[in-house]
Amino acid sequence: MKIIVCIKQVPETQEIRLDPVTHTLLREGVKSIINPFDLYALEEGLRARERQGGTVTVLSMGPPQAGDALREALTYGADDAVLLSDRAFAGADTWATAFTLARGITKLGGADLILCGKQAIDGDTAQVGPEMAAFLDLPYVAWARKLTFVDSEVLQVERLLDHGYDGIEVRLPALITVVKEINEPRVPSFKAKLRAKSQKIPVLSLPDLELEPDQVGLPGSFTQVVKVFPPPARGARELWEGTPTELANRLWTRLQELKIG
Amino acid sequence: MVVIVDLDKCTACGLCVEACPFGVLRLEGERLIIGDGCNLCGACVEVCEFGALSLPETGAPEPRPDVPPDGIWVFAEQRLGRLAPVVLELLGEARRLAEILQVPVSAVLFGHQLPDLAAELTAAGADKVYVVDHPRLAEFLEEPYAQALIELARRYRPEIILAGATYPGRAFIPRVAAALDTGLTADCTAFDLDLEKRLLLQTRPAFGGNIMATIVTPRSFPQMATVRPRVMKRLAPQPERNGQVVPVQVAALEEPGKSRFLQTVAEITESMPLGEAEVIVAGGRGLQDGKHFSLLEELAELLGGAIGATRGAVDAGWISYPHQIGQTGKTVAPKLYIACGISGAAQHLVGIQSSDFIVAINSDPQAPIFQIADVGLVGDLFEIIPALIQEIKASR
Repeated sequence: MKIIVCIKQVPETQEIRLDPVTHTLLREGVKSIINPFDLYALEEGLRARERQGGTVTVLSMGPPQAGDALREALTYGADDAVLLSDRAFAGADTWATAFTLARGITKLGGADLILCGKQAIDGDTAQVGPEMAAFLDLPYVAWARKLTFVDSEVLQVERLLDHGYDGIEVRLPALITVVKEINEPRVPSFKAKLRAKSQKIPVLSLPDLELEPDQVGLPGSFTQVVKVFPPPARGARELWEGTPTELANRLWTRLQELKIG
Repeated sequence: MVVIVDLDKCTACGLCVEACPFGVLRLEGERLIIGDGCNLCGACVEVCEFGALSLPETGAPEPRPDVPPDGIWVFAEQRLGRLAPVVLELLGEARRLAEILQVPVSAVLFGHQLPDLAAELTAAGADKVYVVDHPRLAEFLEEPYAQALIELARRYRPEIILAGATYPGRAFIPRVAAALDTGLTADCTAFDLDLEKRLLLQTRPAFGGNIMATIVTPRSFPQMATVRPRVMKRLAPQPERNGQVVPVQVAALEEPGKSRFLQTVAEITESMPLGEAEVIVAGGRGLQDGKHFSLLEELAELLGGAIGATRGAVDAGWISYPHQIGQTGKTVAPKLYIACGISGAAQHLVGIQSSDFIVAINSDPQAPIFQIADVGLVGDLFEIIPALIQEIKASR
């Protein structure tokens, strides 16, 4: 079974803060990490390989330094890694990103199973996976919390929903986006770490993908950011102290005033 | 394509480096370097005091294709014959936009052997209700839902399509946008219109809610967005409004699909899903034991609310994952959020910051949750919550 796991290198967003005076993002010292949800996709890919045999390839689109994220993914036990990188890819929205990744997958000869994290923690769109499935014309299931192979061609998926989950059967090749509930990622093995150090990570550029500059990056995007601004500030905050009864009385009075009790 | 620097005017003051939300700009000595990832948002151009930065002319502006005729569509998500509440909110917002654009509003309803929901949709603001009734649409599945919406959009050509940013909405709408060669903005929290260019201005949070971005779809139709539940305002129902019901056949549904529905399993016992609850009472590690969630349940019941939890409480096995709120769980926006024994890790805060009113109860006055709470109660939750329950019961 040929498995491709798509990953994204992201800034560790919880460390990103707005400067209270200038309202700009403070990025100093912010680390780059593998998007946390993608680690669950990677783990699920490794488990699928253990059950079904085959290979796990990690794929990413990004600047050259995204190669670090791919190398890290190799330390978890992926067989190989491929980076799609070209200045022409910069500024891509989800449409152009998914289009480029889908072309990358086609150039790698396709896959039986493509796994993605449910969304990236910087953009939070959850769109690239489903859009890739459209470009590859593959069936897909989003928000998977459990995968069970019926045989080498049919996969049963539990899809997380508000009320619980749905069971869905999908015929491979297919694309699945996973939620964190699906597994507990392993820790990198010493052996894989050693191997990852010297492993070659091929880089595919625009000509390698046989794409034109206006199909990728900013020119290939259908959406455009026109303004970025800080979120509206929350109202004045109050800290109350007192006996439990005082606090409870004061709170209930306030909630009734606000008509939200 | 990146922002243009006039080196004669640039003083290397660094204002633009600080202003770039994407960390693309840097100074090397006296020279401004533009790295990868510039998306021409223009934040640097605005702060430059020397007029050294400008946005490139994007060639001759592509002629805006003729505005499609069919106005604004709202995907009328339903489950078991009941409309998702976000649908009524979207119809309210679509109505507001449609009055300005002078276009019709249509609801698009998929399912099989549905009860009559058209009256409810019309009363909430729809002029037209497209109904596709087919066995393959009986339960939500990405493939047939996407096929049906793609075919309808190609046939009737809406200018705008809105859908709830729910699990189903966010699962299948991206496939529709990709197939229609158009842009899609996820999880929007506000809309406006640029009437001069006839563009929908779509605002959404990014970077875990640390910044807001306004996004447009300038060169393709339909303009598509998913919308966070409980943000837009529904209209008071107008039962006297007239609407037209349009049953539609979709040829693509007659082909066999590559995926099929097996079963649905309900795990949340409350009738109110977290994403739709007006009141949420949530617990964290400070509860000390899973059995103490019963205290929160009693309070939630009095307030007609649902139960939420932090990742810590879920990881401890005190409560199931569907209750988890935060970056790796759900994002919620209730009218009232009561955080009990929650310290307030950033990953939790991003999931609750759109709430109208946040109350935090914590014994540690330094807890980060107090930074975001409208009202913070410093004290022992095991004393304060029973007192609050007493207070509420006494007042009723």
